[in-house]
Amino acid sequence: MMSISANLPPDKQREMLRLMLTIRHFEERASADYHAGKIFGVVHCYIGEEAVAVGVCSTLNRGDRIISTHRGHGHCIAKGADLNRMVAELYGRQTGYCKGKGGSMHIADFEIGMLGANGIVAGGLAIVTGAGLAAQMDGKGGVAVSFFGDGASNAGPFHECLNIAATWKLPVIYVCENNMWAAQTSAAATHALSDVAGRAAGYGIPGVVVDGNDVFAVFQAAQTAVERARGGGGPTLIECKTYRWRAHTERRGLPDPRDRTEVEAWQRRDPIRLLEQRLRQQGELDGDGLQAIEAEVMRALEAAVAFAEASALPLPEQATDDVFAA
Amino acid sequence: MRELTYNQAAVEAVAEEMRRDAKIFYMTTDPIEPLLAEFGGQRIRATPIAEAAMTGMAIGAAGCGYRPIVDWRQVTFCFVAMDQIANQAAKIHYMFGGQAKFPILYRAAVGGGTQLAAQHSQSPYSMFMNLAGLKMFLPSTPYDLKGLLKTAIRDNGPVISFESNRLMARTGPVPEEDYTIPFGQADIKRTGSDVTVVALAWLVHEALAAAEELAKEGISVEVVDPRTLVPLDADTIRGSVRKTGRLVIADEAGPTAGFSAEVAAVVTENAATFARLKGPVRRVCALQVPIPYSPVLENYVFPDRNRIIAGIRDALQASGCGEVA
Repeated sequence: MMSISANLPPDKQREMLRLMLTIRHFEERASADYHAGKIFGVVHCYIGEEAVAVGVCSTLNRGDRIISTHRGHGHCIAKGADLNRMVAELYGRQTGYCKGKGGSMHIADFEIGMLGANGIVAGGLAIVTGAGLAAQMDGKGGVAVSFFGDGASNAGPFHECLNIAATWKLPVIYVCENNMWAAQTSAAATHALSDVAGRAAGYGIPGVVVDGNDVFAVFQAAQTAVERARGGGGPTLIECKTYRWRAHTERRGLPDPRDRTEVEAWQRRDPIRLLEQRLRQQGELDGDGLQAIEAEVMRALEAAVAFAEASALPLPEQATDDVFAA
Repeated sequence: MRELTYNQAAVEAVAEEMRRDAKIFYMTTDPIEPLLAEFGGQRIRATPIAEAAMTGMAIGAAGCGYRPIVDWRQVTFCFVAMDQIANQAAKIHYMFGGQAKFPILYRAAVGGGTQLAAQHSQSPYSMFMNLAGLKMFLPSTPYDLKGLLKTAIRDNGPVISFESNRLMARTGPVPEEDYTIPFGQADIKRTGSDVTVVALAWLVHEALAAAEELAKEGISVEVVDPRTLVPLDADTIRGSVRKTGRLVIADEAGPTAGFSAEVAAVVTENAATFARLKGPVRRVCALQVPIPYSPVLENYVFPDRNRIIAGIRDALQASGCGEVA
């Protein structure tokens, strides 16, 4: 069920829908281009989890920092990354965010506070906690958000970072995207307790469970946590219960151990359809309005693909650039 | 010139840089008292014993405009933070296309001779040398340590300062005025003509003692201290070997895929230097074992001046390629 209205201005709600649709279509395109051989290596799709990135990032300012995971495209888009440079990076072009050195798992945009996707599960937790420390030392009310999965919540850095952030009252929001599967292994098989959020009690910080497919529920929880962090109240652990629709990666032939009825049940709770319904019920969206948003999203995506295709490949010898900072 | 201990020189380098730049802060499990007294707990931060967290937090803070220093104390404690070192700090500038700078100094004490047994007597710098993206050094004198630390703190990327346990209390001249020592610049600690000894840290002093001893026999030993491990000053090492024609490498680490192997490779893969070699390269390293506790065992494992002397004699007796021994 959708939450009580977030009392957000209609424009803001439609903007959230636009961002979620952008993520959905971006990932569909990334998957198709991966299988068409235009994208190399690996792609981890965020489809089904769009409400988490958009709900959280809609509470942030440009100067606030986030860190992401191997499944990072959604967080980039929600924080305001440039689609052109994202697609160019996936295509391995010079104009990509990382000049073709990073690919899907390492897209970053420090200008907008996106401190990077990260290919190591739990690898980003300490880095973004350091960004939280920087925000605290800056003293300007900035916050840092750590996106990570249920898998990372069982790794050591999760516990090290929550303890230090709680002890130093760092302005960090730890957002666990519990999509119930750590790669090929179910959370049920690897977690002693079903709620990651319950672990917050061990560090004396708030821990809340929210419906991660309800963008307003995510927004409200994040807003409470962000206000607390900006006010010096310290970190919060938010657990968003959600689900990834696609397999762990787009790798061809990768077995998906999940029960199809489980996948289909979550697909019936599509976070985008839920938001659309909500907007329609409120009289803030009609068929034409939705079509207009969809058209805008697809135009931007096609333009990004065109930009990437027109961009030069790196020169081979650029492989030796940027090993060390100047 | 006034004398400082190796350890005092390090503390002075940090303090001077922290006075100069308010963006520098320090994280360690055991704050150094004079730094804490001068800069307070906000800039000299006592952390939980959570090396993965503090190692990674430094990366995040650096990416947000700060210049953190992380003191792991003994290098052995950083192994639990290896993901943050190998996967994050070493690669983050490169894999993000150079879009942000990550100025970080990591400090780590290395080496044995202190009867602390296997886990606390390690010299694993070659493991880190193998990771592209990290600069690192291992100085032999208070002067070099201070100058290299100041360069490291002003560098815009991650740097590891390896500091020798055996040298902490050793004194040496350190000028009062500000100075830095550039990375990638070896120092010829003694000039000679018969044989080159490339040595690190404590073994620089042992090599100098060996050179003094052999000078009585008319053997002229040149002692080259690379100081910086990455970038390595191959030119100075090769130049010395081209002059003497013989090379002995002394390292407190074991030989396998180690610093000593790297030096041997940069010398022998260079045709002009190889052509001047009068005999095989000799390595005087620790035995390839975990470091044992009992002094009689520990002393057996580590090289010292006597083994360097033996290595030099071997090098001088060995003949060139094609001759039968």
